[in-house]
Amino acid sequence: MKRWLPLVFFFVLVGFFAKGLFLNPREVPSAFIGKAAPVFTLPVVGQADKAFSTTDMKGQVWLLNVWAPWCVSCKVEHQLLMALADSQKAPPIVGLNWKDKSRDAERLLIQTGNPYVAVPDDLSGRVGIDWGVTGTPETYLIDQSGTVRLKHVGPIDVDIWRNKFVPKIKELGA
Amino acid sequence: MIPEIGTLALILALLLALTQAVLPLWGAQRGNLTWMSVARPAAFGQFTFILIAYLCLVYSFLTNDFTVINVANNSYSNLPAFYQFTATWGSHEGSLLFWSMLLSVWTVAVATFSRTLPEEMVSRVIGVLGLISVGFLSMLLITSSPFLRQFPGPAEGSDLNPLLQDWGMIIHPPMLYMGYVGFAVAFAFAVAALLSGRLDAAWARWSRPWATVAWAFLTLGVALGSWWAYRELGWGGWWFWDPVENASFMPWLAGTALIHSLAVAEKRGAFKAWTVLLALITFSLSLLGTFLVRSGVLSSVHAFAVDPQRGAFILGFMMLVVGGSLALFAWRAPRMVAGGAFTWFSRESMLLANNVMMVASVAAVLLGTLYPLFIDALGLGKLSVGPPYFNAVFVPLITPALFLMGVGPLMRWKGDSVPDILQRLKWALAIAMATGLLLPLTLDGYKPWAVLGLGLSTWIALTVLIAFRERVKNASQLFTLPRAFWGMHLAHLGLAIGLAGITMVVNYERELDVRMNVGDQAQMAGYTLTFKGTENYSGPNYEGTRGTVIVSKDGEERFTLYPAKRVYNRSGSVMTEASVRPSLFSDLYVSLGEPLNNELTTWAVRLYYKPFINWMWLGAVFMVVGGFLAATDRRYRIGAKARATADSASPNTQGA
Repeated sequence: MKRWLPLVFFFVLVGFFAKGLFLNPREVPSAFIGKAAPVFTLPVVGQADKAFSTTDMKGQVWLLNVWAPWCVSCKVEHQLLMALADSQKAPPIVGLNWKDKSRDAERLLIQTGNPYVAVPDDLSGRVGIDWGVTGTPETYLIDQSGTVRLKHVGPIDVDIWRNKFVPKIKELGA
Repeated sequence: MIPEIGTLALILALLLALTQAVLPLWGAQRGNLTWMSVARPAAFGQFTFILIAYLCLVYSFLTNDFTVINVANNSYSNLPAFYQFTATWGSHEGSLLFWSMLLSVWTVAVATFSRTLPEEMVSRVIGVLGLISVGFLSMLLITSSPFLRQFPGPAEGSDLNPLLQDWGMIIHPPMLYMGYVGFAVAFAFAVAALLSGRLDAAWARWSRPWATVAWAFLTLGVALGSWWAYRELGWGGWWFWDPVENASFMPWLAGTALIHSLAVAEKRGAFKAWTVLLALITFSLSLLGTFLVRSGVLSSVHAFAVDPQRGAFILGFMMLVVGGSLALFAWRAPRMVAGGAFTWFSRESMLLANNVMMVASVAAVLLGTLYPLFIDALGLGKLSVGPPYFNAVFVPLITPALFLMGVGPLMRWKGDSVPDILQRLKWALAIAMATGLLLPLTLDGYKPWAVLGLGLSTWIALTVLIAFRERVKNASQLFTLPRAFWGMHLAHLGLAIGLAGITMVVNYERELDVRMNVGDQAQMAGYTLTFKGTENYSGPNYEGTRGTVIVSKDGEERFTLYPAKRVYNRSGSVMTEASVRPSLFSDLYVSLGEPLNNELTTWAVRLYYKPFINWMWLGAVFMVVGGFLAATDRRYRIGAKARATADSASPNTQGA
């Protein structure tokens, strides 16, 4: 019987591997899901006299998209965000300009188009820390009561938008 | 046209691999010599066609044929030519083709160097290698063809991952794969022995040099990988217990157990079932590594583009190869027991202890590597297992093995006497303990791990010296010693050197994160580093910023370091190019962080002092040389010669 042990052990491993193929190790649940979104007030890019505050968005479903001018995959995502903004069907998108030391954001948005309702300027990255941002781009879905409902790490593409965001947004009745 | 020839060549290679697998195996079972004789020509044919396919891929890369998707994704017209060449194994598809090619190289080597072996054995070995090749070639053709096209092709490729644009990366994958694939030969010998029921000392003698050569390649591959990480990742680390590193380390540990266990099987005829199992496990772990890297079940800094379909394919293939061979083992192994008797205090028992500890280490590393997957699959959450686990588990398991490494080679087979061994080793023991206890006093801080590491290192080195002293009466005898003796002791000495390096660097390295203005100075391990500012420069496919750091000691200028950052034009990714001043006793390592002001005059700079780090890689070189010496010992070559003479004589006898 002893000599069958390696085989038995191997098949237990195979069971786990088979299950593992359908899991995504990179999908890390955010600690903020279901919790109140961290509150912040920041100056707005290009409008020195204005400030953006999370309380401005109270009562509506909205998206917080963390991006930066130096981030290449944000440029990939930018097209989709533009399409969403044009469609008028997606929730308003707030673009947190994260750690932008080059101060390129305003110029870039003028050149390539601005999908955002507001672009708060998180130069120090402080707000990013509060939100648990690990890198750019990242996108959060926040509901009417100011609760984080969804977090996506990495650029959004059409599939992710349709399968991950749309059902959740419908659920929230927006 | 050329890529299509590549696909065609792969299809032909697959057909030949099928032939190479089926006919010789069937022939060996039936005792049909005609069918068995297909083995060698099929192996040569398969190699030829895979080589043609590989050259087609090389051609597509070198001519920037971006209609080939693999080329478009992994190359760039401004990429220097040798990186265009190495990019052939920089992607999942290309590396799989490279894997298959190396497998056919090993098969051809077996076909060439096994002329003294019984035809039946050779047929089975080549047949099993053919089966493995069938699996990989079908995977290439079904899920991972490197020759897929797109029309119209993009005007420009998206460049090779900048991390791979380093010359350490040119030689690391070939060596690593040579090791992985080499264990396929030991595996094939084990399966052949199980099939034939002839699990004897002759079997151990045939497969031992193959296993040793594969082990030497794998050692080199792992060491080069670590060296590359150290130089290229920019933060001075050389081992991260990352799943992919573990994937190469597990077969190495199992392979180390295997080559030691084969020694007992060859010399004493003991541990045979165990040795066969180790041969199966070692190659299974190589396959497991392939699965882990390419299926996306674990998240790792290394992983290739992830695709569940490929993962499912490799998993299915693994079930056939590993499951099949373990079932064969369960079914056949018990029929072949018996072996020489030995007492608890003998070379056999020491090697058995070595095996137990090596296998326990493999199990510990395997558990840590797969634990996140287990927890995730059971729905218990997400977590990652980091270096603290591995260090806590691995060190206690390997420490006794390192101690016994000093004793084992000096012991007699069958049984030895305790007082006798104590008498021979008492000085070594005393000096090693004294070194371990006293040497750290001269270093920067007295650390218990340094005591242990330096003590063990000295112990192993001294026992190697004793082995030579007992064997050699005068210097001329050194040259008449068997290569196997040299090989084993050089490899053991290499481990002692490597262990000393690891101990020193882990316990006494220093790092400093500083903010430096132009003209600022920083102190590090007696050196004064002066930051002279940065300048821009251009490479063939990147723009860079290079800092100048002048290093002086005792007020005297010694050398200049140029840490740099590169932004690759095509991908926009930023790479840190650390600047290292290597020497035998310490490295000074500077890497450029982020600029801290807009005028680019203030930078975050990271400084590392790495004492004895090169001893790790030096030790690996000793181990590799030792492995190759041991594998080419006279007793493996002499059989070949005798047979060759017999072969050349036979036509005459027939003619007469």
